[in-house]
Amino acid sequence: MIAPVTISFRVNARDRSVAVAPNQTLLDVLRDELGLTGTKECCLVGECGACTVLLDGRTVDSCLVLAAEVDGREVTTVEGLAADGQLTAVQQAFLDTGAAQCGFCIPGQVVSAHALLAASPSPDREEIEEGLAGNLCRCAGYEQIIEAVLLASSAPQREASRVTPATDDVAARPDARMAPQ
Amino acid sequence: MRAFAYASPTRLADALAVLAERGPDARPLAGGTDLIVRLRDGTVRPSIVVDVKRIAELDASIVEDGDRLVIGARTTMTDLMADARIRSRFAALAEAAAVVGSVQIRNRATLAGNLCNASPAADTAPALLVYDATVVAEGAGGPRRIPIDSFFVRSGVTTLEPGELVTAIELPLPRRRNGSVHVRRTRRRGHDLASVTLACAIGPDGVTRLAYGSVGPRPVLAVDPSGALADPSASAGDRERVLDQLLAAAEPSPTSMRASPEYRLAMLRVLGRRALETARARLEADAP
Repeated sequence: MIAPVTISFRVNARDRSVAVAPNQTLLDVLRDELGLTGTKECCLVGECGACTVLLDGRTVDSCLVLAAEVDGREVTTVEGLAADGQLTAVQQAFLDTGAAQCGFCIPGQVVSAHALLAASPSPDREEIEEGLAGNLCRCAGYEQIIEAVLLASSAPQREASRVTPATDDVAARPDARMAPQ
Repeated sequence: MRAFAYASPTRLADALAVLAERGPDARPLAGGTDLIVRLRDGTVRPSIVVDVKRIAELDASIVEDGDRLVIGARTTMTDLMADARIRSRFAALAEAAAVVGSVQIRNRATLAGNLCNASPAADTAPALLVYDATVVAEGAGGPRRIPIDSFFVRSGVTTLEPGELVTAIELPLPRRRNGSVHVRRTRRRGHDLASVTLACAIGPDGVTRLAYGSVGPRPVLAVDPSGALADPSASAGDRERVLDQLLAAAEPSPTSMRASPEYRLAMLRVLGRRALETARARLEADAP
């Protein structure tokens, strides 16, 4: 039996101290020890992004971070984005565009979208695709997710993204994630 | 995940002592994007994981030191992409770093880790080969400098001695700029490993350096000292012959699931030609 390690870190602006096993991941600790189940467990190999959180302001797959590594650091999960009961612009945009289908990937998508817009407030479509490339959606609801990020951004496309399919035929648009390079 | 102990030394000497004492039972942890996958699937089973990110001597800085640019061992792909000197003088490295994994992976994965993992498909390896990088490592025997072309052996194997840690990667600063580029082929856009990954640098002297990976057990460097490849007045036939020679060391595995050997060899030529064209154009755009 290997002795636990006590870590102190800041989670969603609150200081926490937890005894963790060295082989527990940040994902395990967030979900199982702190009850922050918004962060989802899925592929466990860093492919799908369902477990995305902010570690010192940068997105990481929390399934690929040992809990012991975050001692003294700052973590923000999807639960920590909204303040005072008010959804963020990104969260509201996901609702407005109907970006959530089954919803499982959405916490990770929202966290990645936050980081993307923090670094680049007016991303174009290509930048959004690249910024969210580490977040897979098994419902393949990528169009609405990209629309949501455009809507939340201060980009001039903001209004264009709300254009109805009559003038912007979504069905005719190639699915960028599937198209050959 | 199987149980293991965790150490996060703050001094290089302490980390090296643990590695020396525990031998193959100890595994260094940098960005964790490869190691934690393997800890979970059981392909590596250390009794102790040594986190190198709190070691004072290993930093995430990129500093000019005389005629070299020194990249600290904790530098991540995201750090590389953002550095103005890397982007302007070592464009192929910035471009390669920008296509590793996803944003989440690039925020964690380190350049040193990418090299030590020694995947034949490592995207940063061809760029470091064309820039003639040096790996600085330190072990019980003290520091030593390893030319990048002598670093890779085969998938997962390098010439690092047991117990040695990479402390920095050095790039010689060119007196005049090269024209350079990184290109690759993947099965899908977004997050994928390369089926072919290639970098090309053409110097102001006309010497072309091509390096390619994912087409053999280790990334390969090939140089055209004749200058024919970069010479627009050379005949197309001559240039094709030189390109053939430079690409002759490719030996793609027949068992890889990402692409067949035939496809990889065909794409290697296509990428080689495209990279030459871009590198030439960049060299000319930069000419005084």
